[in-house]
Amino acid sequence: MSQENRLKSCFQTLGDQQRTALIPFITAGDPLADASVDIMHALVDAGADVIELGIPFSDPMADGPVIQLASERAIERGVSLHTVLQDVHNFRQNNQKTPVILMGYLNPLYRMGFTQFAQSAAAVGVDGVLIVDSPPEESVVLESLLVEAGISMIRLVAPTTTVERMQLIAAEATGFIYYVALKGITGAGEGANSDAESSQRINTMRELTGLPVAAGFGIKNAESAAEWARLADAVVIGSALVTRLAECKNIEQAYEVVKSFLAPIRIAMDNVTK
Amino acid sequence: MFDLGIRPDVSGHFGEYGGKYVSETLMAALDDLNKAWQKLRKDPEFLSEFDNDLSFYVGRPSPLYHAKRLSEKIGGAQILLKREDLNHTGAHKINNTVGQALLARYLGKNRVIAETGAGQHGVASATVAARLGMQCVVYMGEVDIHRQAINVYRMRLLGAEVRSVTSGSATLKDALNEAMRDWVTNVDSTYYIIGTVAGPHPYPQLVRDFNSVIGREARRQVQAQFGRLPDALVACVGGGSNAIGLFHPFVDDTEVPMYGVEAAGRGLESGQHAAPLTTGRVGVLHGNKSYLMDDDNGQILHTHSVSAGLDYPGVGPEHSWLKDSGRAEYVAIDDKEALHAFHLLTRTEGILPALESSHAVAYACKLAASMSADKLVLVNLSGRGDKDVHTVAELEGIQL
Repeated sequence: MSQENRLKSCFQTLGDQQRTALIPFITAGDPLADASVDIMHALVDAGADVIELGIPFSDPMADGPVIQLASERAIERGVSLHTVLQDVHNFRQNNQKTPVILMGYLNPLYRMGFTQFAQSAAAVGVDGVLIVDSPPEESVVLESLLVEAGISMIRLVAPTTTVERMQLIAAEATGFIYYVALKGITGAGEGANSDAESSQRINTMRELTGLPVAAGFGIKNAESAAEWARLADAVVIGSALVTRLAECKNIEQAYEVVKSFLAPIRIAMDNVTK
Repeated sequence: MFDLGIRPDVSGHFGEYGGKYVSETLMAALDDLNKAWQKLRKDPEFLSEFDNDLSFYVGRPSPLYHAKRLSEKIGGAQILLKREDLNHTGAHKINNTVGQALLARYLGKNRVIAETGAGQHGVASATVAARLGMQCVVYMGEVDIHRQAINVYRMRLLGAEVRSVTSGSATLKDALNEAMRDWVTNVDSTYYIIGTVAGPHPYPQLVRDFNSVIGREARRQVQAQFGRLPDALVACVGGGSNAIGLFHPFVDDTEVPMYGVEAAGRGLESGQHAAPLTTGRVGVLHGNKSYLMDDDNGQILHTHSVSAGLDYPGVGPEHSWLKDSGRAEYVAIDDKEALHAFHLLTRTEGILPALESSHAVAYACKLAASMSADKLVLVNLSGRGDKDVHTVAELEGIQL
């Protein structure tokens, strides 16, 4: 199945069932260098529809302390963009269905070379790429290479995004739109509150693009996930999961954490009437 | 008046360098800032208020001083010092913060944040915040807080809150990350005073515009005092604001060579340095594309320099453009050479230079030695060394 179709069919199926996609985020290589693939399978078993895999970067400007520290630990363990791609390759040996999105910052991709990155990512079965510090204005080359390789460049929309920018972003968007649920960094504060303004922005992006909209940043538990599931087509849970995984000493513990943390979130989201 | 040249272009690029590599949350704020700046940089009222502050608050113009004893001692070209160390707060940094504070007020922001390495930009930001009655938070790496204790206390005296940054290498680059995170979170209420010619567009342009007063004055002064342009310009480069401030008004004087001096730390071959233009390659960091220091996986490297203000793995995009175009040349001076120049200038001229500026002095001496006595080497003495007295004493095993 081609990359774009994996995302498309995932959201198609969920839409037919009137369910919201659960997208857990993990930092590749944390809490263990070689456990990411097992954790990815665990995420799917626990109800994940799409997996967001973080590429560790030394200077993650948009991330809060949880993901900063996870990235630092992963880099110390020798994790790099190369090993992240290898993880996706290994994951695909046993899972051809669940879309995988890579999330990170531009410099590691720039160092590898955009052409090589796009080709390798397509070859291992990456479905989408979200680069936090690469807005549409600076993404022309990377985006065209990714699209050519059949990979979506996932676009962010923030609470500060103007209507003009929403149109600019919508013009090139593929895969889904990622709505940043709070003004701030990942995992911040008391968490994100869904409000009328968010609802309006999510609807606008849906109308402009015809694409599903995911909400993320600051969504921490079953309650807030359910709240956002009312508005969005997908909910991303990152820092709250990474915090719990950080304490795991082995894959068995990680498996338990994933199961016990995601199960109530999955149930709460599935109980939302769309 | 500012140079209204075409660099950067409307999208904020110097050739392939610069740009706006930031998260979507900041794009609207940068657009607002850019609109305001493109208007204000040509607004006579704004510019005259800025000039007024430079004269009566900063104490400009700063003198261009002929360092005769130093020149004699070196035995080559005449060394001229642009005395930015005599500015209020002791460095060129105040030129920029005075300007950005006016800009913050224009945008209706009452809270300012800043990152700082050596603490000079933090002090300069805290100073203008105190003057305009604004709340001020300064992010500073834990390592730098230790080595620049006096500046930390100065900022606190001025009413600023200094927040210690422990992530990464706990130096300037990490302070910048943390300031960006604050800005993303408080973007409605907060103005981010970036201290160097890096960061996303329009910062490299506006910080340059505010610091270009250095080069405009120097150009006028050297012509008035010597009847001609100098034979070389020398300035140290961390992020590159004092160097751009000196270089920019001379860019079209192609007969005047320009030398940017990076920190070679413990030696370029040791890997423990902060010389991205001399040894690095192009990448993306802190909102812009420019030369930087990273490993083969694209992770930003930890840097080393005896001077906190040069201890930064990136550099402003205009410097990358000047390097590639061949208009400026970039060289490196190590810790030992800088310390030697620190003592030399202090003993021959009674001027205690900042360790950052000591790098420029060291290279200027090398350069002057290779030139005849009728040549002029103009050095930007970007800051004074009072803040570095403890560092120097510690390095030399002296307990104060």
